[in-house]
Amino acid sequence: MSLTADDVKKIAHLARLGINPEDGVAYAKDLSDMLELMTQMAALDTEGVAPMAHPLDQAQRLRADLVTEADLRDKYQAIAPQVEAGLYLVPKVIE
Amino acid sequence: MENQSITELAKSLRAKHVSSVELAQIYLQRIKQHPELNCYISVTEEFALQQALAADVMLAKGEGSLLTGIPIAHKDIFCTEGVKTSCGSKMLDNFIAPYNATVVEKLNRAGAVMLGKLNMDEFAMGSSNETSYYGPVKNPWALAAVPGGSSGGSAAAVSARLAVCATGTDTGGSIRQPASHCGITGLKPTYGRVSRYGMIAYASSLDQGGPMTRSAEDAAVLLQAMAGYDDKDSTSVDQPVPDYSAGLNQSLQGVSIGLPKEFFGEGLDAGVAATLQAAVAEYQKLGATVKEVSIPNLKLAIPAYYVIAPAECSANLSRFDGVRFGYRCQNPEDLLDLYTRSRGEAFGKEVKRRILMGTYALSAGYYDAYYIKAQKIRRLISDDFKQALAEVDVLMGPVAPTTAFAAGEMIDDPIAMYLSDIYTIAVNLAGLPAMSVPAGFSGGKPVGLQIIGNYFAEQQLLNIAHQYQQITDWHQHIPKGFE
Amino acid sequence: MEWETVIGLEIHTQLATQSKIFSGAATAYGAEPNTQACAVDLGLPGVLPVLNADAVHMAVKFGLAIEAQIAPYSIFARKNYFYPDLPKGYQISQMELPIVGLGHLDIEVDGVTKRIGITRAHLEEDAGKSLHEDFHGLSGIDLNRAGTPLLEIVSQPDMRSAKEAVAYMRKLHELVRYLGICDGNMQEGSFRCDANVSVRPKGQAEFGTRAEIKNINSFKFVEKAINFEVERQIDLIESGGKVVQETRLYDANKDETRSMRSKEEANDYRYFPDPDLLPVFIDEAYKAQVKATMPELPEAKKQRFKAQYGLDEENTAILTSSRPLADYYEALVKASGCEAKLCANWVTGDLLGALNKAGLDITESPVDYQRLGGLLVRIADDTISGKIGKQVFEYLWQGSATADDIIAEKGLKQVTDTGAIEAIIDQIIAANPEQVEQYRSGKDKVFGFFVGQVMKEMQGKASPGEVNKMLKDKLK
Repeated sequence: MSLTADDVKKIAHLARLGINPEDGVAYAKDLSDMLELMTQMAALDTEGVAPMAHPLDQAQRLRADLVTEADLRDKYQAIAPQVEAGLYLVPKVIE
Repeated sequence: MENQSITELAKSLRAKHVSSVELAQIYLQRIKQHPELNCYISVTEEFALQQALAADVMLAKGEGSLLTGIPIAHKDIFCTEGVKTSCGSKMLDNFIAPYNATVVEKLNRAGAVMLGKLNMDEFAMGSSNETSYYGPVKNPWALAAVPGGSSGGSAAAVSARLAVCATGTDTGGSIRQPASHCGITGLKPTYGRVSRYGMIAYASSLDQGGPMTRSAEDAAVLLQAMAGYDDKDSTSVDQPVPDYSAGLNQSLQGVSIGLPKEFFGEGLDAGVAATLQAAVAEYQKLGATVKEVSIPNLKLAIPAYYVIAPAECSANLSRFDGVRFGYRCQNPEDLLDLYTRSRGEAFGKEVKRRILMGTYALSAGYYDAYYIKAQKIRRLISDDFKQALAEVDVLMGPVAPTTAFAAGEMIDDPIAMYLSDIYTIAVNLAGLPAMSVPAGFSGGKPVGLQIIGNYFAEQQLLNIAHQYQQITDWHQHIPKGFE
Repeated sequence: MEWETVIGLEIHTQLATQSKIFSGAATAYGAEPNTQACAVDLGLPGVLPVLNADAVHMAVKFGLAIEAQIAPYSIFARKNYFYPDLPKGYQISQMELPIVGLGHLDIEVDGVTKRIGITRAHLEEDAGKSLHEDFHGLSGIDLNRAGTPLLEIVSQPDMRSAKEAVAYMRKLHELVRYLGICDGNMQEGSFRCDANVSVRPKGQAEFGTRAEIKNINSFKFVEKAINFEVERQIDLIESGGKVVQETRLYDANKDETRSMRSKEEANDYRYFPDPDLLPVFIDEAYKAQVKATMPELPEAKKQRFKAQYGLDEENTAILTSSRPLADYYEALVKASGCEAKLCANWVTGDLLGALNKAGLDITESPVDYQRLGGLLVRIADDTISGKIGKQVFEYLWQGSATADDIIAEKGLKQVTDTGAIEAIIDQIIAANPEQVEQYRSGKDKVFGFFVGQVMKEMQGKASPGEVNKMLKDKLK
């Protein structure tokens, strides 16, 4: 499996990740090398093996439905790039 | 004073041989004297002195824990309220965390004194500490060599006596490998033993925080304070935390050690192998038995890990979008521009590589071939370990195939770097606890012995490491220039 | 050509929990922007989700109510996309193994009952809101809503007309309110609908290409949006065009649907299990526990109201349209001990009339069932007439006094002194000889005139029965 700079561009767009055009080829090579490494996996028969998402077989714990969080807006917005009237500002959202 | 263990320091503090403030000052002074290692991203002097003062008050009242007044430093992945928490990235260079990680909260409550925040690979992605936005960390044993990563700042700081002990995190070896390269003791607990709340996520199903100390005895004290169930972390485990220090004096008579043959095969440096053989021989002297075991699918741990970890990271790092905190690009034209430039300008190369890899592996048409396949292999590897640990008490082997490699040697060859994590990564996939214990030197650089135990067998691991440290002094060696 | 419409609905119900699905922030509507967005809702670095027990409870309750399979093992997944109202860059939702599996809901249209399949219902977190008021050309983001629990209920494409779609939506709306899992407030976005609409030539087995109409927030608009969309698709096909699979928005002002270009981009959500959350296991014991909290469901309540109270179809439908109203009615019957029909007439008539006029809900009624009951008791025991009752009701509505206080204070009690009534009757008979003559010569209608006159003279305070009886005697 080999990726091109164009593939990288598409993946980068999905991830909203700016990549310098001149780096596209290098990333394509790195990713292709990684995918090469991954072809090893295909060789192993994993028919009937249950995928493992968590190291421990545990059940989700549930929290009681209680309001425990106070309003800390000022504190949280002190570290925000741009706020006004309590809102986070972003370039215009077009729907 | 700088070579005393936590327990000894606790005694010195109570005997008033030194005050907590004085101890903090000694360490702050040492940190200033050794900027060449680049261990610290932030030194929180004022904060440390305040905490030390409070610790002295507690100690004067006869209160506090073993950690009260002990200078500690945190990997800059743990959120610390009011203090910059950068995760080694330009993305969070301006991020003053508005809350404390659970681990930090617990250590604060125990009275530990925070000296500062430690350098690390960007977002914990790296094995050499060369991907940090704040520049590489140097290995105190050989300044031209890497300290390992991603908790390289933690390992170097503890090794060079720029902190008594430190916190680290381990997703694929990030506690054990730098501990090995810097000649200190590092423990990655069982997944779920230490809360991940407030620990900036790299790969959530693999990440685990743990202690990085000079000795197993210190690790027991630090883990005691870090471990435990946290109702803010759904994946933390609600199981009592044993008294780790109390379990440190068990005989190793009859303890069975498994040596997975795949850990000693091709690619293992001869000097490292010889050092480990000597260490195993010491264990036999302590009464342990040795047996060869097998982790047949070990090799597949690398591809499986480099699907699962990037997949999780690709989603975990989506929140860094320039909207609510962190870096925002100048004058974004529109929303898309805001996202792509903020992320493009603030993430480093390795982080981008992994986000791209993960995004690709999860994308339509590839999910089954990569992600599901990797999860199945994860199960098989986990089963391999279960089987091996059904035959023996613990497994032993190398942490890394070589001692600390030269800075710059592998940074442009990511695959070579990934392959060097072969002995540590599999343990994270299984979620088992494991340690790196100083076992000697090869070519003047430290070699760590990896000890892998069963789920929640931290107490046993610490005892096994401690018994070894009773009859060896590798953990007491001090790098030249840092005595 | 004859066309057939095929509709499937996806309904997002905000669950009526106090706190968010994965954090302890409040879910109350209408707070100042971002004052109910905690560290977890903001997706600050390092935070982790912990699942709200009540959200699970409510989802299971819903599942049991639609006789669905409840997943013994369900998992949460991350749905990845970038949008400013989605703080983490992914939404925690369920993809494979949703908590509620296949179930159904019966609807009634034009007297015919039809079963609508429900494919699944899954738990997820709501997003925040983008405010488009102009902030120097920028948009403002409010994340108070982010993390509010949603149960997304996905129907099968079983509906064949806008009317059926509305009937299904109404039925579901009634059900979630009955179950107490959603307040059903559509203005506030607690109950939102996406409609998947397609058309196909009648008789064709395969479905046509569908368009998804997003975020329709009233029953009326659902009907209009679907009807518009069906027309649009038929016109398009008949004029040689092709329906494209796309997301459309209903514009209520123009009564049309239009393409949402911003959502056009082919999405690749890269779902995968959320590693921060563990599987949710639901066993029989848990289901039994939920079942024990299950209220009587609308259908069962209707049947019981007819049988127990002897009510007609219309009053039954009105009184069971919401649980609080049904509860009010039953409490009234029980507390007053009055005849069920009298109670029903007063609730559906005077009480609901006054509430509608005031724009109030039954739960906000100024007249509680005890005070209304006090009034009905006095009507039933003939202390006052029904007509005076209406006056008393006015006073009940305006103040806090009891019916008995009002009757006493205003002197509205019926005159039971037959001597007093007799005197007035005699007086009126004497004053109207002509009418007396007419009556006696067989003109029965004139009787009403006498009753009216007597009641007027008595200011309505005489028992009509008593007056009738005495008048008849006197006029013989």
